[in-house]
Amino acid sequence: MDTLESNAPLKARAKATVQESESIVVRFSGDSGDGMQLTGMQFTDTAAFLGNDLSTFPDFPAEIRAPIGTVAGVSGFQVHLGSKEIFTPGDTYDVLVAMNAAALKVDLSRLKKGGVLITNIAGFDRKNLGLAQYPEGVNPLEDHSLDNFIVHKIDLTKLTKECLTGSGLGTKEVERSKNMFVLGLLFWMFDKSMDSTIKFIEEKFAKKQDLANANIKTLKAGWDYGENTEIFNTRFNVNPAKLPKGVYRNITGNHATAIGLVAASEKSGLPLFLGSYPITPASDILHELSKYKANGVKTFQAEDEIAGVCSAIGASYTGSLAITTTSGPGMALKTEAVGLATILEIPLVIVNVQRGGPSTGLPTKTEQADLLMAMHGRHGEGPLPVLAAASPSDCFNMAYEACRIAVEHMTPVILLTDGYIANGSEPWRFPTEDELKAINVKFLTEANGVEGVLLPYKRDEKLVRPWIKPGTKGLEHRIGGLEKQNETGNVSYDPLNHEKMIHLRAEKIERIADFIPLAKPEFGKNKAKLLVLGWGSTYGSIKTAVLECMEEGMDIEQVHLYYINPFPKNLGELLKGYDNVVIPEMNCGQLLQLIRAKYLVPAVGLSKVQGLPFTTAELKSKFVELLK
Amino acid sequence: MDTTTIEPNNKLVAKDFASNQEVKWCPGCGDYSILKQVQTVFPDLGIPKEKFVFISGIGCSSRFTYYMDTYGIHSIHGRAAAIASGVKLANPDLDVWVISGDGDALSIGGNHFIHAMRKNFNLNYLVFNNQIYGLTKGQYSPTSEKGKITKTTPFGSIEEPFNPTELALGAKASFVARSMDRDPKHLQAVLKRAHAFKGTSFVEVYTNCTVFNDEAFFAYSDKETKKDSAIFLEHGKPLIFGHNDEKGIVLEGHIPRIVNLKETTISPDSLWIHDEKDKTKANLISRFFDTEFNGEHFPRPFGVIYADERPLYEEQVTESIKQVAAKKGKVSLNDILSGDKTWTI
Repeated sequence: MDTLESNAPLKARAKATVQESESIVVRFSGDSGDGMQLTGMQFTDTAAFLGNDLSTFPDFPAEIRAPIGTVAGVSGFQVHLGSKEIFTPGDTYDVLVAMNAAALKVDLSRLKKGGVLITNIAGFDRKNLGLAQYPEGVNPLEDHSLDNFIVHKIDLTKLTKECLTGSGLGTKEVERSKNMFVLGLLFWMFDKSMDSTIKFIEEKFAKKQDLANANIKTLKAGWDYGENTEIFNTRFNVNPAKLPKGVYRNITGNHATAIGLVAASEKSGLPLFLGSYPITPASDILHELSKYKANGVKTFQAEDEIAGVCSAIGASYTGSLAITTTSGPGMALKTEAVGLATILEIPLVIVNVQRGGPSTGLPTKTEQADLLMAMHGRHGEGPLPVLAAASPSDCFNMAYEACRIAVEHMTPVILLTDGYIANGSEPWRFPTEDELKAINVKFLTEANGVEGVLLPYKRDEKLVRPWIKPGTKGLEHRIGGLEKQNETGNVSYDPLNHEKMIHLRAEKIERIADFIPLAKPEFGKNKAKLLVLGWGSTYGSIKTAVLECMEEGMDIEQVHLYYINPFPKNLGELLKGYDNVVIPEMNCGQLLQLIRAKYLVPAVGLSKVQGLPFTTAELKSKFVELLK
Repeated sequence: MDTTTIEPNNKLVAKDFASNQEVKWCPGCGDYSILKQVQTVFPDLGIPKEKFVFISGIGCSSRFTYYMDTYGIHSIHGRAAAIASGVKLANPDLDVWVISGDGDALSIGGNHFIHAMRKNFNLNYLVFNNQIYGLTKGQYSPTSEKGKITKTTPFGSIEEPFNPTELALGAKASFVARSMDRDPKHLQAVLKRAHAFKGTSFVEVYTNCTVFNDEAFFAYSDKETKKDSAIFLEHGKPLIFGHNDEKGIVLEGHIPRIVNLKETTISPDSLWIHDEKDKTKANLISRFFDTEFNGEHFPRPFGVIYADERPLYEEQVTESIKQVAAKKGKVSLNDILSGDKTWTI
C-alpha cells in the first residue's frame, strides 16, 4: 500500500474542486503552547501580501501556559479574508483548525454548517478528551456528532514526527513544529504561496539552521499532504480585494499606536518619551517604541503605573512629547497624576488600551467600559479631551491626533483603544510623511508680560498657556498642583479666582471642537429611520451590519465618533435628522448616557459585556427589531 | 587695536535664589534653615540659575519649591522622585533637586524612593525628616519612634520606624548622608558634597517641627548633649566623639565597640577609620540608630555615610541611544510608516 502514495498527487489534483469565495473566515484553535498565534499571523501576512482585505482577532487566555489540554488553555487566532472590503474578523468560521479536543469544544459552535474542520487526532486521545471534559467514552471524532461538517482527521503529531525523523531535533522541538504542518496544509487549501513564511522562518532561525530547516521541511510537508492525499475535496480561492490603489502593509492596533506616536514626534520636532509599566493588553506599545532608540525615542519602564505617568509629566515639563500607556487598572492608578497634569496644563498623552474590568477582570479580553472614567475620572472639575480609535490602523490616526491636540492645546489627552483592535490587524494604506498634518509647537523664550514680567498662565485666543522649558534663561518660575492665580501662576486660594480658573480650563477644552473634524454620516445620509451611533472598536461590526441592512433596503445610517470630548460641533444638529438612534457599546451604556445627557436625544442602547466584540448578526437583529 | 573686555561680575548671591513668594512655614520651623543653607550654597555651585529644577511632593517640606527662584514643580504626594526621573531622563543637562519629607518619601512615596536609589539618576534627593506629619496636623510618620503619642495614636504608636539611611543603603543608594537644620555649616558642607557627587545623592535632613514634634532632634544640636549623642563622620578620619573627644569606636570583627581614649592605650590609628566607599561599614554605621551592639548604644552619625559613584541611569540611556544610532542610523519617518513588508494595489 505504501508504494501507492507516490501516485496520489495526480488523483488529488484532479479531484479537488476550487470554491471561489468573496470572503472566508478561518479560525486556528489550539493549546496555548501550540503556536496558534504565530500560525495565524503567518497565514494573515501572506493573505495580506497577496492582496486580500482582512481583519484578524487573536483571542488568547490570560495565562501564559494554562493547564495543557484544558478549555481554559485554548488560544485562538481568527482571520477573515476577502476579495471585498472586510471590517470584522467574522461571526462564524468557514474553516476551523482544532488542535485538540478542548479547542473543538470551545469553537465548534461557531463553525458554519458544512464548514471544514481540520483536527489533530493526537489531540483527541483519552487524556485530551478527559481534560476537555467530554464524558467518559465520548469522542466527537467518532460519534457522528460532526456529520454536518467536512471533517479531516489528521494525525499531525505523527506526521510531523515522521517528517522530522533524522533531523536531530528533540521530541519537544519536533512536537512544536506541528503548527507548521497545519500552516502548510492551509496554504495549499487556499493556494497561497509559502514564500513569505519561508523567509520569516529563515530570518527567525538565522542562527539555528537546524530549526529553520525543520520548520521549512514541515511546512512543505503540510502543503504536500494536501496535494498528495485524496481526502481534501475542497480548495478555496479568495481573489485579491478591490481596495483603493496604493501601497499597503498589515498592522495591529498597538503597532499603529506606537508609530503614530513616533510620527507625531518626528513631525513636531519634539523628542518622544514614553513612561510606562507593563500591562496587558498595552505592553506591545512599550515593546514597539523601545525599538526606536536610533531615532532618539526614550522609553522608561517605570517602577509602577504611577511612576509611568509621573515620569512622562516630568519629561513633558522639559519639552518632550510625553506619553504613558496602560489599561484599566493602570488608568485608575494614574488618575491623581493626570489631575496634576490637568492643573499644570502641560501636554501629555495617556493611552488606555481597554480590557474587561473592573479590577483584573478579563485581562486579555476586550471591553469599552472605561469611557466614563476617561470623561470623569478625575478629582475636581478637570475635563480633558477624549479620543477613541475605530480600527487597528485607525490607532495610528488617533494616536497622532492625540499628540497634536496635547501639544497644540497644552493639555493631557486620553486616547482609548481596546484589546480587540490593539491585537487585531488589518491592511493599512499608510500615509507618507508629507501627507501628515503639521503639528505646531512653540516654546516661550522671553517674558510675555509687561516690563519683562513672566506670565506662565497667560492664554492665547485658544486659551492655551505657553510651554516653557526649564533651562530657558530668565524665565525661572514654579508651577504646581495648588490652584493658580490667573496669568501669574502664583498660588492662590481666592474663591473667585478658583472658579475662574476652573471655567478657563474647561473652556480651553471646549474650544478644541474648533480644531477637530465634524461628525459625518458614513453613507452620506443626513436623514434616516435609524441611526447607529458608535465609538471605538465597534466601527467594523457596525459598518458590516449596517451595510447588510442597507442591502436589504432598510433606511439606516451610521455615524462613528472619534472625538468624544469635546464632541464634534455638529453632532447635536446631526442627531436631529434621524427618527431613532441606537448606540451599541461593549459596556452597559456609557456613550448612551453622555449623548442623552448632552443632547436630550431618546437614544437606546445595545450593550454587550462578554469580553468579546459584537457579531454582525447580533447588531443586525437589533437594528431590524428597531426598524420594524 | 586690541581691546580687552572685562567680564561683568555677575556671580549670583543667595538672595538671587529667593523667589518673590512669602514663605509660609510656622515660625521657628527647621525648614527655614534648610532653605537658607540651600540658597547660601547655590551661588557656589557654579551652575546657571536656569538649570536648577526643584521637584517636590506634598507636605510642609515640599512647599520649598515655591520659595526658590529657579524652575520647579510642586507636585503630588509621594511622586516627586518619579517626576524627577522623567525630567532628568528627558533632559540630563538640568540640575535636579528632589525635596521631600518623611511621609512623602518614605510612606506614600516609598516605592519611588527605593527605585530612585536603585536607578541612580544624577540628582539630589533631600528628605526633611521631622518624624511627624505636620501639614495634616500631627499624625505619626514612618519615622516616628515606637510609642509615639499622636492624634492617630493616642495610646502610643506600635510601629517600628524606618531608619532612612539604612533603607537607602538597602535600596542600593550610591550616596547617603545625614545632616540637620540646626547645624548650618554642616548642612552646607553636606549639600555641597551631595551636589558634587554624580549619582542619586540622598541626604536625610533632621528638621524641627515646632508645633507637633518640638525638640525631637535637640540632643544632636544642643551644646550639653550634642557631643555624646552625635558623631560627625569625615572620610579618612577615625570615629571619635564625646564631650572632650574622649570616645572612639573600634571595629572588632563586625561588631563595633566604644572605647574610652583616656583610659586605654588605643591609638587613634587603631580606631575605625571612616571609609565612605566601604559599603559594609556604611551599613554598620547607618545602624547607629536603634541597633545596640553588645548592649551599647551608639551615637547618631552625621555627614556622608556612604559615597561610591557608579554609572548613571541617564548617561547609560544616552550612551545606548548613541550606540544604536551609530549602528543602525536614524530611520526615516517614511520607512517607519511603511515597515518592511508592503504590497501595492
